[in-house]
Amino acid sequence: MPDLLLELFSEEIPARMQARAAEDLTSMVTNRLVDAGLVYEAATAFATPRRLALAIQGLPAKQPDLREERKGPRVGAPDKAIQGFLKGAGLDDLSQATIQKDPKKGDFYVALIEKPGRPAIDVLAEILPVVVRTFPWPKAMRWGTGRLTWVRPLHAIVATFGPETEDPDIVPFSVDGIASGDTTFGHRFLAPEKIRVKHFDDYVEKLAAAKVLLDPARRRAIVLADAKSLAFAQGFELVEDQGLLDEVSGLVEWPVVLMGSFDPEFLKIPDEVIRSTIRANQKCFVVRNPGTGTLAPKFVLVSNNEATDGGKAIVAGNERVIRARLSDAKFFYETDLKTRLEERLPKFENIVFHEKLGTQAERIARIERLAVELAPKVGADVDKVRRAARLCKADLLTEVVGEFPELQGFVGKTYALAQGEDESVAAACEEHYKPQGPADRVPTDPVSVAVALADKLDTLVGFWAIDEKPTGSKDPFALRRAALGVIRIVLENSLRLALVPLIGKARDEGLAVTGPKQALPEAGPLAADLLAFFADRLKVQLREQGARHDLVDAVLALGLQDDLVKIVRRVEALAKFLDSDDGKNLLVGVKRATNILRIEEKKDGVRYEGPADRTLFRADEERALASAITEAKARATAAVGAEDFSAAMAAIATLRPAVDAFFEKVTVNADEAPVRANRLRLLDEIRAATLAVADFSRIEG
Amino acid sequence: MDTQNLPPHMRPDRSFQGLILALQRYWADQGCVILQPYDMEVGAGTFHPATTLRALGPKHWKAAYVQPSRRPKDGRYGENPNRLQHYYQFQVILKPSPDDLQNLYLKSLAAIGIDTRLHDVRFVEDDWESPTLGAWGLGWECWCDGMEVSQFTYFQQVAGFECAPVAGELTYGLERLAMYVQGVENVYDLNFNGREGAERVAYGDVFLQAEQEYSRHNFEHADTDMLFEQFRMAEGACKTYLDAGWADETHTRHLMALPAYDQCIKASHVFNLLDARGVISVTERQSYILRVREMAKACGAAWLATAGGGAA
Repeated sequence: MPDLLLELFSEEIPARMQARAAEDLTSMVTNRLVDAGLVYEAATAFATPRRLALAIQGLPAKQPDLREERKGPRVGAPDKAIQGFLKGAGLDDLSQATIQKDPKKGDFYVALIEKPGRPAIDVLAEILPVVVRTFPWPKAMRWGTGRLTWVRPLHAIVATFGPETEDPDIVPFSVDGIASGDTTFGHRFLAPEKIRVKHFDDYVEKLAAAKVLLDPARRRAIVLADAKSLAFAQGFELVEDQGLLDEVSGLVEWPVVLMGSFDPEFLKIPDEVIRSTIRANQKCFVVRNPGTGTLAPKFVLVSNNEATDGGKAIVAGNERVIRARLSDAKFFYETDLKTRLEERLPKFENIVFHEKLGTQAERIARIERLAVELAPKVGADVDKVRRAARLCKADLLTEVVGEFPELQGFVGKTYALAQGEDESVAAACEEHYKPQGPADRVPTDPVSVAVALADKLDTLVGFWAIDEKPTGSKDPFALRRAALGVIRIVLENSLRLALVPLIGKARDEGLAVTGPKQALPEAGPLAADLLAFFADRLKVQLREQGARHDLVDAVLALGLQDDLVKIVRRVEALAKFLDSDDGKNLLVGVKRATNILRIEEKKDGVRYEGPADRTLFRADEERALASAITEAKARATAAVGAEDFSAAMAAIATLRPAVDAFFEKVTVNADEAPVRANRLRLLDEIRAATLAVADFSRIEG
Repeated sequence: MDTQNLPPHMRPDRSFQGLILALQRYWADQGCVILQPYDMEVGAGTFHPATTLRALGPKHWKAAYVQPSRRPKDGRYGENPNRLQHYYQFQVILKPSPDDLQNLYLKSLAAIGIDTRLHDVRFVEDDWESPTLGAWGLGWECWCDGMEVSQFTYFQQVAGFECAPVAGELTYGLERLAMYVQGVENVYDLNFNGREGAERVAYGDVFLQAEQEYSRHNFEHADTDMLFEQFRMAEGACKTYLDAGWADETHTRHLMALPAYDQCIKASHVFNLLDARGVISVTERQSYILRVREMAKACGAAWLATAGGGAA
């Protein structure tokens, strides 16, 4: 069966777009092939800085034939109808149609349309230009006088098709003046000549001979292996960096890994700063001493050229640039150290945090007051929290963070330690940003916890108050991350915090800053709205941890709850309870009660609310159920008060025999209207009793 | 061109002016008109009307020129070996961008002595945007052994108008490039005239004093009241000239796009000076950028109604 080879040869494709482009190319071509009835065996796509390539194996040589029967008008129908039928079916005259007998409705014409499958190469010649024209690059451009858009100018297209055993044909098409062919080019500098290629295997081989490694995975493997062995040969260890590895593998077609050095004097700069300097500006790896784990004065660069001098000039050039960069970094670092963090704070008075939320100085003051409020609640030393909150953003004004924003926090910690701050205070300068994502660590030091919560709550309440809530995929201020951060800090530290008063406090702080002119929403509705946002995030979080979403709903339906730990404990107890026989059966009983109630309430247009009138009971089962409810409710409420949710569940579970007996022996819809109404009120008591632990109507099954 | 056959004082790896002359010679050979710098203060070679305005409209255009570029905020009192508030860009603009523009660029590197068999030249993604000019394009930073030596951009939009045909723009940071080929660590140590001994003139001999003086001026003494007033005046004049320049009621022909655009350039530089003086707050900053952009857009519209802009 024939194979397809497609290559789109262009000027340098940004590294970060290559992997996605390879995926898009595969799906765009294969989806269209399948739609055209061309089912293939395998498809693989590759990307280098200068080419996107796709290999599809095992395509049929032609589409399957299609047979279609088209029903026409009755025999003897008006000529207009006949002519329309002939035209639609592509027939010359009626002799080409058959007549189908139908004793009931009368005979009618049928056209048998046979559509022979087209050769796959013709179909490809239609599909491929469409793929090129509609390719979903994140950013595309025009060039010269053309109208075609591509990520960068597109220069050549290889499209060959044919069985492995024969010379393939060229899939003939052209896009904006670029005709498909079988010609590509080798490495820009090492083998720039034209290459004629046949099948995929031949293509890969010829490219390799022309110093182009097509497969990004191979380039990554080579870079990693060579970088490791170069470091090892000198007694060092590569500091691995997946993001950087992916990027540099997308910047070269022929990776040549080289090692350079820098002056050990620069090692006085913190390792992270060196690493950021070398990584961000130069896209080079750093290496460390395996014994101490500290950086060595070496770096690993990945070049795209086998230089005639063995890479001496390339290494020397990179060393010069890195020297200049490290000199800058060292200068920044040493300059920074001359100013204490607190001396930087006045500058924040002139920096706007957000137009409607005041200056950075005002924000820091808010965070400080909120953190101080939080300190005793999370078991932190108030003075340390106050100090940490005051200093935690100061590093934003340092030269090093100005240069490397990703080092914010780390730099604050480093400088705090350098100026002799308490270790918890210094740690909080870094950790109050945490957790930055689902994989990030949650702070545990109480000082960090207090400042981290204050920072996040201030952000959330502030943006909520000015109505900048996240919508859909838009969350420019990362408020979802902030909420999830609060949730994880609270839960993973088992903090018992009432969020509503904290939200109120944060709001009042905001009011103090922005003044009465700014109409802030009332504390009540604001807190309720924000809590609903927390509830949504909590649901996502618990679901990811494997909790049943309906159980989370059943607990959250109980009304405004701002103690996250308590919510989670309830959900856990509920899950355990529902795993037991008592739980399962009680759920059936409660559901039955609520279903009956719902139907009867709808019928009568009334809401039946307990308590039931004891004097209207007719059956023993009614009396037994009523007293069981009274007792279970009392015990459950007490247990909930003591936060013993298992005991609360157990108390509710004692209802099971009484509920079962009631439904077995008692007819709810009694003939006597007052008795019926009273029984319905008793059912409401069941519903109400279970609300002590959860809203059972939300539970599935 | 074989750089080895040049007299020593003209060789790009020994002489700053030799480097400039080699680039001019090379691009002249490619059919460019070699212009002289625009006679106004600009932040980058792109501001030269030979780029901004000529990038608009259907007419073909090839030009190359040196442009002194002023970045008031980058002043370092002559104390930083890599940063200057006044430096030279070498600017090439080719419209429509030729198919072999990358190769032409690489050959220009060869013309100044960068041998691609020895070095690692790379095209690293860098999208260009100028909020003040209402312009953007896609392209790369060109790296030589890890050093950014040029910017390479395919203009997509200028002054808010789509570029068709697309112009290709190359910008060489001349001091940085010269430091690289001369193997010098400090910009002030660059050999300017390629001579040795008593005849040698270093970059510092020419520009160190200027860097010191202008840093003082840009950060401490530039008269901000005057500058605010100049901004307003330039903005007003730009509008006056644009309004007066329309040939008739139908606004199909414009007769003063270039003088109006000068005022836009003026306003842009005044804004940069005010910014360096730290007298423009974050929110005001945005609004100033917007005001310059509005001028640039209006000038672009006017240019498109001139002969140079392709109006019939």
